[in-house]
Amino acid sequence: MHSLQCRRVIPFGKLSLSLHAPRNALRFVHKPAFTFESYKSLHRDPKYAKLSEQDVQVFKSIIGKDGSLIDGLDKSTDPADLDAFNIDWMNKYRGKTQLALKPKTTQQVSEILKYCNQKKLAVVPQGGNTGLVGGSVPVFDEIVLNLGLMNQIHTFDEISGVITLDSGVILENADNFLAEKGYMFPLDLGAKGSCQVGGCAATAAGGLRLLRYGSLHGSILGMEAVLPDGTILDNLVTLRKDNTGLDIKQLFIGSEGYLGVITKLSVICPKRPSSTNVAFFGVPSYENVLKAFSETRSHLTEILSAFELMDNTSQTLVDKYSGTQRPLEDEHPFYVLVETQGSNKEHDEQKITALVEDLLEKEIISDGVLAQDESQLRVLWERREGITECLAKAGSGVYKYDVSLPLPVLYDLVNDTKKRLIEFNLLDDTPEHPVIDVVGFGHMGDGNLHLNIAVRQFDKRVEKCLEPWVYEWVSRHRGSISAEHGLGLLKKPFVGYSKSKEMIHLMKTLKNVFDPNGIMLPYKYV
Amino acid sequence: MSKIRILVGVKRTLDYMLKPRINATKTAVDLSGQKMSINPFCDIAVEEAIRMKETLKNRIEDTLVVTAGQTSSEPILRQCLAKGIGRAALINVGEKELEPLSVAKLLKATVEKEKSNLVLLGKQAIDDDAHQTGGMLAAMLGWPQFTSASKVRIEGDKVIVTREIDGGEETLSSTLPAIITTDLRLNVPRFANLAKVMKARKAPLGKMSPEDLGVTIDQRLQTVSVSEPVQKRQNIMVKSVDEMVKTLKELGAL
Repeated sequence: MHSLQCRRVIPFGKLSLSLHAPRNALRFVHKPAFTFESYKSLHRDPKYAKLSEQDVQVFKSIIGKDGSLIDGLDKSTDPADLDAFNIDWMNKYRGKTQLALKPKTTQQVSEILKYCNQKKLAVVPQGGNTGLVGGSVPVFDEIVLNLGLMNQIHTFDEISGVITLDSGVILENADNFLAEKGYMFPLDLGAKGSCQVGGCAATAAGGLRLLRYGSLHGSILGMEAVLPDGTILDNLVTLRKDNTGLDIKQLFIGSEGYLGVITKLSVICPKRPSSTNVAFFGVPSYENVLKAFSETRSHLTEILSAFELMDNTSQTLVDKYSGTQRPLEDEHPFYVLVETQGSNKEHDEQKITALVEDLLEKEIISDGVLAQDESQLRVLWERREGITECLAKAGSGVYKYDVSLPLPVLYDLVNDTKKRLIEFNLLDDTPEHPVIDVVGFGHMGDGNLHLNIAVRQFDKRVEKCLEPWVYEWVSRHRGSISAEHGLGLLKKPFVGYSKSKEMIHLMKTLKNVFDPNGIMLPYKYV
Repeated sequence: MSKIRILVGVKRTLDYMLKPRINATKTAVDLSGQKMSINPFCDIAVEEAIRMKETLKNRIEDTLVVTAGQTSSEPILRQCLAKGIGRAALINVGEKELEPLSVAKLLKATVEKEKSNLVLLGKQAIDDDAHQTGGMLAAMLGWPQFTSASKVRIEGDKVIVTREIDGGEETLSSTLPAIITTDLRLNVPRFANLAKVMKARKAPLGKMSPEDLGVTIDQRLQTVSVSEPVQKRQNIMVKSVDEMVKTLKELGAL
C-alpha cells in the first residue's frame, strides 16, 4: 500500500507553516533573556500605569464570551501560556506582559483602547508574531492586543476581485480562499502560514511578488482602523478610485501599530495566473547577475513575477540543514530564481525559451534548470524560501539586515561585511569566534538585499562591529536601512540613516495627533 | 556480458501536486486547463535508466522512452531526452482511451520491435492507481518481473532488485530479460539541465501507431461514476475547556 501518500510531500501551505509557525513546545525550551536585560539602555517609562486586577476585570467584561484573554496576574495561569505573546519569532526578544487580549470584534478593540488610553496602559498590537525587528512583542509589560480571533473573510466581489476581510486572517488562508475563486492575494512571503493580513498591512510587507503586483500601498483599497482613543475610523471602501481628501489609510500602512490598530482591510486581488514557470540559474559573477536581470526583463516583460538572488553560502546552508534537492549539481558563486506568471502556457514558454537561449549563448549564466512540474517548482522555491530557517538552525542566532541598495553595489555590502568581521577576528570556524558565516540573498528585482550573519550565540561584539557600520554603509549609498522588515525595536535608533530630521520631526508631530498619550507601541519605531 | 537495451514506458497524468476536480456529470476527473506532467513513478523509472547509462556506460546499448497518447505528450518525451535518455517515441493513439491491457499490448509489440531486454515502468499511475501494466506485460512476454523496486543493481548478467514489503525488505534476482516497476524510494529524479532542454526541443521524436505495432485498442471497462473520498476525522472527546487546553498542549498544538 505504498502509494504516493508515503512521500514526504508537503502541500505548499504546510511547508511554510512548518517554517514559520511557533514550533510548539520545543520553541520555548531555550528562551532568550528578557529584552530589558539585554538592552540596558531601555527604561520603562513611568508614565504608563501598571496592570491591576481591576483592569483585568474590565477587559474581561469587554471581551465577554467570544473573545479570550490570558491573565498573567491570576495565580492559576501557567506563566508559560504567555510565552507565545512575549517572545518573537527569532527567539531574540522577550517581553514581560502580564496580559494578552484576543478580542473578537472591532467594537471590543475600540473599548479596550479607550480604556487603556484613559488609564495610560501601554499596548502592543500583535498579529502572527512573525516580524523580524522585535516590533510585535512587548519590551516591558505592555498589554498584548492580539488580532488572531478577528479572522473572518467578509466579502469577495468576483468581478472586481476586491476582498474585504478582518486583520487576523492568516495570509495563506486568504490566498487559499481566493484560489478557489480563481484569484490570488497580491502578496506572498515565507511566513504566509502564520502571518496575518493586518500585520502585513501594518508593516507594509513586501514579499516575493512585489516586483509584479506592487506594494500594499497600492493594493489596499480601504481600511477600518481604531485610534488609540477608541475612535473607529471606517474607510472600508472597495473602490478602485476615491480621491476625496487626504488618504489616511496610507499612514497606517507601514505604521507598525504606532498610530492605532488596523481591524479590517479591503484589498484588490489579481486573477490567479494559470501558467507559472520557475527557472533556476547558476551564475558566475555578480556582474553577470546584473546582466541576467537586464536580459530577463527584456525578454519576459509583463510575465516576470519574481527575480530572486542567492549566494553560494546560502545554498550551502540549505544543503546542510534541509533535505531539499540540489537543482544544479555544480556550485556557482550566485544563483538566481526567475518566476513567470501568465495566462497562456505556450506564450510564456516561448518567452522563457528565448530568454534561456540568449543567456546561455552569451554565457551570462553557466547553467540552469526549469521546473518540469509543480513538485519541482516547489523545490526550487524552497531553495530560496528555506534559507531563513536554515540560518536559524546553523547557530542559535542570526543578525539580519534587510536593506535597499542601488543594484550595482548591492552585493558589495556582503563582501565588505565579511571582510570587516574577519578583520575584527569575529568570523571563523572555531567556537571562540561568534560568527559562523555571512550570507546574502534577496528580492533582487526590488533592489532588496537580506544580509544575514549566522552566529553561535548573539554577541555584543558582533553587534558593535556591525552597528552602526552597516547602516552607515547603506546611508552612504543612499539606500534604506530597512527595505521591508520595518523598524520595530531593532532599527528605531537608526532611522536617521534613511530619513531626514525634518521628516522624523513631522512623524512625531503626527504621532501626537493620533496618540497624544503615547500608549501605542512605546519604545519602538520612530 | 550481453548488451542491455532499455525501454522505459511513461504516462502523462495530472500534475500530482494538484488537487483533482471531478467533472459536473461525476463520470471523470476534470482535466480541462489543468497542468499535466509525467507520472511521478514513471519519472523515477526514467531517472533509473539514466543512472544505469551513467554507471554501466557502454554496456547500455540503447535507452528508449515511449508513451502512448497524443502530440500533447511530446513535451514529456523531450524532457526525458533532456535528462539523458537516448531516444524517444510517441505511440499516437489519437482520442482513444487507454486501459492497462492495451498499454501492455503496445509495450509488448514495442519490446519485440526494438529488441529491448530490460523494461522499466512506474509501478502505478497516479490517476487510475491500477498497478497492472507491469504485471500484464511480464505475463505476455513470459519475463520475470520485479515490482515496487526500491533498489536496483546489475551485476554481470544478473538483475538484483530490493523491494520494500510489509515485513521489511526482500531481495530478488534473475537474469535478463526482465521487467522492473519502480517505487518511491528508488531514486529522486534530477532536474533537466537548461542547455539540454533547449537542445531537446529540436530533437527528432520517433512516431508509431497502434497499427504499426499490430495492436487493436479495445475498451473493456466503463467508468460508472467518480466521487470524492469520505473525509475521515480523528475525534477526541473532552469534557471541559481546561481539558481541551491540556489535550491541545499534549498534542503539541499549543
